[in-house]
Amino acid sequence: MSRYDETRIGELLRRLPPAPEAWVRAAQEMPLARLGLDDLVRRAEEDAEFRTRLVADLEAALREEGVAPDPKLVEELRRRFQP
Amino acid sequence: MGPLPRSAGVRFDTRTAISPEPNDAALVARCRAGDHAAWHELVERFSRYVYAISVQAFRLPHHDAEDVFQEVFARAYQQLDKLRDDEAIRPWLGQLTRRLCIDRLRAGAREAPAEEVEPAGIDETISELDEAFAVREALAAAPEHCREVIDRFFCRDESYATIGAALDLPSGTIASRISRCLAGMRKFLEGKKPAASAV
Repeated sequence: MSRYDETRIGELLRRLPPAPEAWVRAAQEMPLARLGLDDLVRRAEEDAEFRTRLVADLEAALREEGVAPDPKLVEELRRRFQP
Repeated sequence: MGPLPRSAGVRFDTRTAISPEPNDAALVARCRAGDHAAWHELVERFSRYVYAISVQAFRLPHHDAEDVFQEVFARAYQQLDKLRDDEAIRPWLGQLTRRLCIDRLRAGAREAPAEEVEPAGIDETISELDEAFAVREALAAAPEHCREVIDRFFCRDESYATIGAALDLPSGTIASRISRCLAGMRKFLEGKKPAASAV
């Protein structure tokens, strides 16, 4: 006897609905975000002028650097550079 | 919902379905080499599985499930070098998800032992999800028109009418297509070895 009939296949397929798109996208973009974050942090630590500009307006500074100001990235940077 | 109509068969591509391309080991190797496209593919391939473990097996609320989801992939990205068998990426992710879900539940239950915070029937649920993952992989063997209607109907819970409107096809055609595709999947799965329990 088969382990699978059409009903069982349907039941099993229903067990794996897609994860929310935003979650998947965030996980997919994580390496790039990390690269951006690491690079920005290093530059901010080495360059006081850049750090001042970054802290003054994180979103704008990120855009200038070609990095999308993802809210989690902004939050992480803000936490990192809190006085 | 009524029974699906019976109709003629659908040819499955057995080459691609036995091992989705790229296979898990190749995908992991590419991720380790810093290939961002491979990382995208890896997240796409396992996102449903990780999500299902947290919300179905552990019944985490949405915000906790999201944190676990991101943490699983963050740790996976950081620790890919520690994976001893690249083919074992799915059970590894499953274990990681399970551990992080337990941590999350314990944090809310103040230092309770893992077995006290785990919902009943967790092993059975995860075993069922492993099987579901194997069935989902069989979809890779299906023609594109099958993959789309099957995913929309079963995984996205869309009605025949909704799918028909999206694809500009009559509802009856959608129903018969689903029926043919399921029959093809059944035939294909009958020729496969049972999926190994992974977690």
